[in-house]
Amino acid sequence: MSPAAIDPSVVGRVLPEREVEVERGRLRSFALAIGETDAVYTDLDAARTAGHPDLPVPPTFLFGVGLGRGPEQDFGWIAELGVDLRAVLHGDQAFTYHALAHAGDTLTLAPRIADVFSRKGGALQFLVRETAVRRTDGDPVADLRETLVVRGISS
Amino acid sequence: MSTALHGVTVGTELPPLALPPISRTTLALFGPASGDLNPIHLDLDVARSAGLDDVFAHGMLSMAYLGRLLTGWVDQRRIRSLATRFVAVTPVHGQPTCTGRVAAITEVDGERRAEVELAVVLADGTTTLTGTATIALEES
Repeated sequence: MSPAAIDPSVVGRVLPEREVEVERGRLRSFALAIGETDAVYTDLDAARTAGHPDLPVPPTFLFGVGLGRGPEQDFGWIAELGVDLRAVLHGDQAFTYHALAHAGDTLTLAPRIADVFSRKGGALQFLVRETAVRRTDGDPVADLRETLVVRGISS
Repeated sequence: MSTALHGVTVGTELPPLALPPISRTTLALFGPASGDLNPIHLDLDVARSAGLDDVFAHGMLSMAYLGRLLTGWVDQRRIRSLATRFVAVTPVHGQPTCTGRVAAITEVDGERRAEVELAVVLADGTTTLTGTATIALEES
């Protein structure tokens, strides 16, 4: 069954900005979950010896830095488009880095819906969201671009 | 970074990163640590309601492994970009290995960079992620 078509007029929609603080404890939990063995990512002394002011934020952590409040809050923007989260797959993910972030930084996340398109006669829809991440002092940290694939659910 | 990274040429292969099989415990740890609480990765009932036999691993878990591949090779401050395509889902117990190979040397904004082709392949031969990273080699 093809999913209901996403209204193309949502392209360009600016989603609410959020401010999040990067927490040391969560960086350590992330390191544990991915089996990280480099002490720079878990040990403050090792990080400082390597020239970091605090634990560095690893390359892909920014994807979820603003998530973790629970599926309804985290993915509400998808439900608002009429999309069933169970039908969503992550298609592509890109990070462009400007500066390393560290534990203790407060980051501003500025997301927008960048594109919507379909393939295979509407059987697959693609939803592209871009998020600019900057420090609260304005310095850019990274630009994220994610493509979500919405498929039909056959259940 | 002001120091040069020497000896990197087209064809240079990164030391591969072989991971253990992904357990349900890994998924339970990665969800809250990464922030991705999508129940399709954590809750068998939700997976079944979507017509699946089981939960499957977060794509971002495998991308985090690619991050480890890169930061195990160079200081993270050299990474200029990282992009992947998720080409197949990773089942529970899938055993990924991350690989990278320098495909090109370029110069952008006065900086020499290596373009690295990336892949994650499971023990059964399934490619789950493909991607690219750009790494600063030296200031010119």
